[in-house]
Formats: sequence, structure tokens, C-alpha cells
Amino acid sequence: MKALILRDLRLAIRAGGGFGLGLAFFLIVIVLVPFGVGPEAAVLRRIAPGILWVAALLAALLSLDRIFALDHEDGSLPLLATAPLPLESVALAKAIAHWITTGLPLTLAAPGLGFLLNLSPAAYPWLFGGLALGTPALSLIGTFGAALTVGLRRGGLLLSLLVLPLYVPILIFGAEAARRGGDGLEATVPLVFLGGIALGTLALMPFAAALVLRINLR
Amino acid sequence: MSIWEYANPKKFVETTTPLLPWTFGLSGLCLVGGLIWGFFFTPDDYRQGATVKIIYLHVPSALMAINAWLMMLVASLIWLVRRHHVSALAARAAAPVGVTMTLVALVTGAIWGQPMWGTWWAWDPRLTSFLILFLFYLGYMALWEAIADPDTAADLTSVLCIVGSVFALLSRYAVNFWNQGLHQGASLSLDAEKNVADIFYYPLLACIAGFVLLFIALVLMRTRTEIRVRRIRALELRARRAEART
Repeated sequence: MKALILRDLRLAIRAGGGFGLGLAFFLIVIVLVPFGVGPEAAVLRRIAPGILWVAALLAALLSLDRIFALDHEDGSLPLLATAPLPLESVALAKAIAHWITTGLPLTLAAPGLGFLLNLSPAAYPWLFGGLALGTPALSLIGTFGAALTVGLRRGGLLLSLLVLPLYVPILIFGAEAARRGGDGLEATVPLVFLGGIALGTLALMPFAAALVLRINLR
Repeated sequence: MSIWEYANPKKFVETTTPLLPWTFGLSGLCLVGGLIWGFFFTPDDYRQGATVKIIYLHVPSALMAINAWLMMLVASLIWLVRRHHVSALAARAAAPVGVTMTLVALVTGAIWGQPMWGTWWAWDPRLTSFLILFLFYLGYMALWEAIADPDTAADLTSVLCIVGSVFALLSRYAVNFWNQGLHQGASLSLDAEKNVADIFYYPLLACIAGFVLLFIALVLMRTRTEIRVRRIRALELRARRAEART
């Protein structure tokens, strides 16, 4: 399993676009928003948590279809399925690799980009904590979505239609935690909910992903 | 004699053939009766005026939008556990009906909301969760359309339906947490003391019965169509194979 994670990471680094692309996309969305809504600091401060979360969601979505598609094309997916490693662990390893290449850099970069949107200082720890808890769940749900659409030729658009509604609760709790933190309110409740969702997806999503992978490889 | 005998497509079609006109007829009767009763023979509400009559379309369609998803969930589970094809096809057949019901509920809600709340749309928990339900329906139907092999499609959509149900429920409560609503609370509960006044309640019950029957009739009809489409495909395949052999 460790070997699989390392392999995926190595592929992401060497093939290019693994770490960089998601982050660059994140940055561009953040930069575009002030052009769209105007540069007033007060407006930006109010919408900053939501924008950062939505941008993180989209950036995570961007690289989802690569989780299984490349392995499916070169035929290593059936090999992984017949390997002694259970398919559930394969799905989990893929999700972890996806999180390290997109979720982790996003989490680390988000506080830095908060300055661009004039995020209120009190919101930083909550935004960081929320993203740290929420992005693994994004990767896990995304792995399920990618497994669902792996056999399809034009799965990318369908993938976003399937996965984005599943992201709604995470977005609500994550942005709510950052917003409450920014207003100086107690924000542990949404954060606890977010942690619950993350743990729930960690427990269940690899099984769902492996189930649909088996169906797709039949 | 068990209920699973009706999972045989042939038996299913044979049984539903005489049932279908009855369900359609009864549903038409309930709907026409309930709507005429509701529209012309109940008074206007003292605060809402005549707009209260949207309730006869809004509440039943909203009810069926949720129950259609529930029925798809049950059918998906039956397909995954017992692998009855009729069950998978019924789930597929219910999705477009469900999405229409969701749309009707959203549109009638908007028409009702405009005079009452002064706005077509508000990011109210109930409205928002219905919009999310609508998106779930769209994704489910898109997945059915995208996959060529029928058994694979049935399996994948069933798993999606189950996972989606969990997340739809989660969103329902997350949305509650996120914003307070304009929408009134439950007023049709069986155990509540104070419900909608009886004079609106009885025609509403007739309309709900009409929508339930209409849903059943439409799903039966669409399931039969799906069965026949599947049968035609099998026959064509057999004919082509016979041709190739000669």
C-alpha cells in the first residue's frame, strides 16, 4: 500500500501537473473573484471563507478523473485488482495519494491566499483546521466518483455532476466554521461535524469505491 | 406463492396489464375530484387569499419527489441483493418521474413564494435541500444514460443511489444548520395537534392520493416500456447472431 502511494506520488511529480496544477487553479480562481465582485475590502472579507472553500472544492475536483483513468488506460488497474492487496486498500491508497497531491497543498496555501481576499485574522485557524479535516473527505468521495466513471470515455463532466452534490455538506460545514471563526463566534460545532463526515467517509468510501471498481472491471 | 414471483418480467407485465388502466383511472378521478373540490369549493384563506390553493399541487408533488427517491433506494437495494432485473428497471423508470415531481414542487413553491414571501426564491433549508435533491436526480439519470452495458449501469446506479441517499440526508440536516428558513414547519403530521384546517385537509388528501396513484401508474408504465426495450434488444441480438452463423 505504501509502495502504491509512493508510486502515485512519483507519477504525479514526474508527469507534471500533480502538485502545481491544482494549486495554480486555486490561485487563479481566488484572483478572479475580486475582478468579478469588485475590490472593496469589506465585501471580500465577508465572502472570503466561502470563496476559498468553493475554490478548494473545484481544485480538488479538477484532478479527480486522473485517479483511475491513467491506470485504466495502460492496463495496470486490472493488475492492481488481482494483486494480493485488497481493492479497498488500493482505493484508500489512491485517495491518500490524491490528498497529498491536492488537498495538502491547498490546505497549506489557503491561509496565504486568504490575505488576497482580506480574510479576517480570526478566521485563519478555523479555515486551516476546516480544510485539514475537509480535504481528506473530498479526496475520499472523489475516489468513489472516479471509480464510478472509470470505464467511461467522457467521464469528466459526468464526474463533476455526480461528485459535486456529494460535496455539499462538507462545503456547508467548512465554510460555516471559517465564517463563524471570522465573526469571532464559537466555531467548534461545524468543525466537529466536519470531522465526523471525514471519519465517516474514511470508514465507508474505500469500500464503496472498491465495490464500483469491481463492477467496472467485470 | 411469494412476492418475488412478480420479479419475473413476463409475470410482471401480465399482472400489471389489467392494473394499469385502473391506477390511471383512479388517479385521474382523485386528481380531478380533489382539484375541483379544492379550487372551487373551499374558501380562500383569511391571510393568504386564493394563493393557498397552490397547496393542492405543491404538497403532493413535494411528497412524491421524496418518496420517489425512497422507492428508487428500495428498488436499488433489491437489485443489489436479489438481482431481479425488474427492480433495477423500476428504479430507472422512477427517476424521471421523481425529477419532474421535484421540479413541479420547486416551481409551484416559487409561484406561491412570490406573493407570500415577496420573493421567488430564498435560500431556505427546505428549498435548498430540494434543489440538492434535484441535482442528485440529474446525476443519477446521467449515469444511467452514460453506461452502455445494462447490468453494469444497473449496478453502478444502485450504488450511487445508496451513497447519494446518505449524502442527501446529510445535506438535509447540514442545510438546516446553515440557514434559518421562511418555510413553515410540518403541518400535515399524523401525530401533531395542530394541522392544516380540515376544510383544506380533505381535498388535499384526495390530491395526495391522486399523486401517489399517478406515480405508481407512471412508474409501472415506464417499467413495462423498459422491459420491452430490453426484450427487443435481446431479440435483435439473437437475430444478428443467427445471421452471422449462416
